[in-house]
Amino acid sequence: MEVRSGSPLLQTKGLTKYFKTSRGMLHAVDHVDLQIQAQKTLGVVGESGCGKSTLGRTILRLIQPTDGSILYRGEDIVHYSTARMREMRRKMQIIFQDPYASLDPRKTVKDLIADPLKVYKTPKSRRDELVGQMMETVGLAERFAQTYPHELDGGRRQRIGIARALVLHPEFIVCDEPVSALDVSIQAQILNLLMDLQESHGLTYLFITHDLSVVRHISDEIMVMYLGVVVERAPSKELFSSPLHPYTKELIRAIPMPDLDPAHRLVNSLRGEVSDPIEPSASCRFAPRCNYCTAVCHSSQPTLKDMGNGHFVACALCGA
Amino acid sequence: MGPLLEIKDLHVEYETHDGTVYAVNGVDLSLRRGETLGLVGETGAGKTTTALSILRLLPDRIGHIRSGKILLDGADVTAMSEPQMREIRGNKVSMIFQDPMTSLNPILSVGKQIEEALLLHTDLSKEDRAKRVDEMLTAVGLQASRKDEYPHQFSGGMKQRIVIAIALACNPELLLADEPTTALDVTIQAQVLQMMNELKKQFDTSMLLITHDLGVVAQTCDKVAIMYGGHIVESGTVQDIYEAKEHHPYTTGLFRSIPEMNKDSDRLAPIPGLMPDPMLRQEGCSFHDRCPHCTERCRREKPDSYAVSPMHNIACFLHRQRDK
Repeated sequence: MEVRSGSPLLQTKGLTKYFKTSRGMLHAVDHVDLQIQAQKTLGVVGESGCGKSTLGRTILRLIQPTDGSILYRGEDIVHYSTARMREMRRKMQIIFQDPYASLDPRKTVKDLIADPLKVYKTPKSRRDELVGQMMETVGLAERFAQTYPHELDGGRRQRIGIARALVLHPEFIVCDEPVSALDVSIQAQILNLLMDLQESHGLTYLFITHDLSVVRHISDEIMVMYLGVVVERAPSKELFSSPLHPYTKELIRAIPMPDLDPAHRLVNSLRGEVSDPIEPSASCRFAPRCNYCTAVCHSSQPTLKDMGNGHFVACALCGA
Repeated sequence: MGPLLEIKDLHVEYETHDGTVYAVNGVDLSLRRGETLGLVGETGAGKTTTALSILRLLPDRIGHIRSGKILLDGADVTAMSEPQMREIRGNKVSMIFQDPMTSLNPILSVGKQIEEALLLHTDLSKEDRAKRVDEMLTAVGLQASRKDEYPHQFSGGMKQRIVIAIALACNPELLLADEPTTALDVTIQAQVLQMMNELKKQFDTSMLLITHDLGVVAQTCDKVAIMYGGHIVESGTVQDIYEAKEHHPYTTGLFRSIPEMNKDSDRLAPIPGLMPDPMLRQEGCSFHDRCPHCTERCRREKPDSYAVSPMHNIACFLHRQRDK
C-alpha cells in the first residue's frame, strides 16, 4: 500500500485525554493536532508532565482518548474494536524508555523477541529464523539468544526492545524516550541504529524525548509541548534557528552546552515551575512563568498560528 | 597550604557473591580550596565509589578500600575511627545524592531535616537553629514559611533545593555532589545549577561534582577529571579539557558522542564497544579494546599519566613523547 504524497501516514485532530482525579479533570493531552508524513520523524519534546508520553500511548490506543480522532492512512481508528485494533498494532509499535523495566526478566532474549510473533500466530517453524534475522538487524550477537536481560547492559537491552518493536515489520513506531536511560556513548550507538532502521525499513517515527539535542538530531519536524498543549511546531532546523515561543526559547537556552563560550553560561534561568494540570484556567498555560506575559495572555488560551515555512506557534504575542 | 582533598592511588573493591568487582583502580585526585572539580564518566566508571570512599560510606562488609590514601586537610580518612568519621560527615564534608525523591525522610518535616544536621554538629540554641533553618531555606530559594511541610509536598526541583540546604547547613568545606541535577527537568536543572554556583561562592565551599554531562561541567567546574574503568584517564583545567588539542582517546570519543546543538551532522560518532567488565582484572590500558589508536604496548602495559602542560595530564602512551 503506497501512501499518496502529501497525505500523512498518521494524523490526529483535537486529540484529547483527560484523567479523572479527586480534585477534578487532569488535562494530560489537550486538543493536539499533528501529522506525520510516511518515513519521517516527528519529535515531541517537553518536560515531565507535559503529556508527551500520554500522547504517544493515546495514539496507539493503549490509553483510550477522551475526545478527538486518530487517522491512520486516513482512517479513524479511535472507534476500532479491540480485535481490529490488535490487527492495527502489527503496523503500529512502541519502544519504551526503560530497558530495565520493560522486559520480562524470566524470558531469554530469543523468547522476548519471539513474543510478538507468538501473539500474531506466526508458525513456530518460522519464528527462529525471524528472531535470528532481527537480532542481526539490531546488532545483537547470536550468542546472546539464550541469555536473560539482567545479564546484559542497558544498550543491549534497548536493542532487544527495538527488535521486539520491529519483528512484525511495522510502519509506524512510537519511540518513548528510547535513549534517556543510556550513557552518552551508548546513546549515540542506539540513535544511529534507529536512523539506519528508518532508512532500511521505511519507518515512520513519533519520537518522544525531553532532550532537545537528541530530538534535533533525529527529527524532521519538532513539536514542543507544555502542560498538555502544543505551543510550537516547526521543521527541526527552523525551530532551533528561530524559535518563537518564549517557552521554546527558554528550553533551548537551558541546555548546558559542552563548551566554554561565555554566551552559553546559565544566567537568569526561567523562574518558577510547571503549574497545576488539573482544571487549568482558560489562559496561556505558560503565562505564570513567562517574562513577556501581558493581560491578553491571562484572558484567553492562544491557538496555533501559521507563521509560514511550516512554523506554527501558540502565543498571543507572536505575529500579532 | 596544601590541597583540601588529595586522593593517592586509591583502590576500592566490592566483594560480591559472584566475585570481586574492581571498582576503583588507582585514582589520583587533588582539589584545592575554593575549587570545583568535575569528575566525569559513564555508568560504572567508579565515580560514585570514589565519592563514597571519601566519606567512608561504602556498603558495609562488601565495599573495601584496598589501598591508597584519602587526605582531607592532610589527615588520612582511611585510617580514621568511626566516631571521627561522624564528626566529618555532614559537617566538614557533605554529600548531595542524585535522587532527591529518595534522599529525604518522608515522615519528617523539611525544617526538622535541616535542623538535624545543626543539632548533631553545632551547639546552637534552639532559637538560633530555627533562625538558621529559615536562612538556609531562603538561601536555596524557598519560602521559610514552608519549613513545616513534608517532602511529598514539594516538586522534584524543590526537593533537591532542600537536600542542598541540608548539605550546606553546617557550612562544609567540601561538598560532594553526585549527579545533583540528573533527575531534574532541563529548565529546573538550569535554575539549580545557577543557584549552586551562587551558593558555592556565598558559603565558600569547594566541590567535587560527579556527572556524566559534559555540558553541566562546563557550566560549573574549574577543573575536570575524566574517569574510565576505575581510573582517571585525563585531568586538567576546564580550558585544558574543552579547548586544548591533545586528549585521551576516550575523552575525544565522549565529546564526539554528544549530539551537537549547533551542527547538522547526520550520524553520531559513538565509541564502539562497551566498558570493560569490572570483575576482570585488565592487562594494559583499560580503554585499549575500544581505542582507535591501540598498539601492542597498550594491550600489555598500563600507561602512566603524562603531563602535556602544567595542569593537563593524560594517561595514554600517545602523549608520552611530549612529556618532559
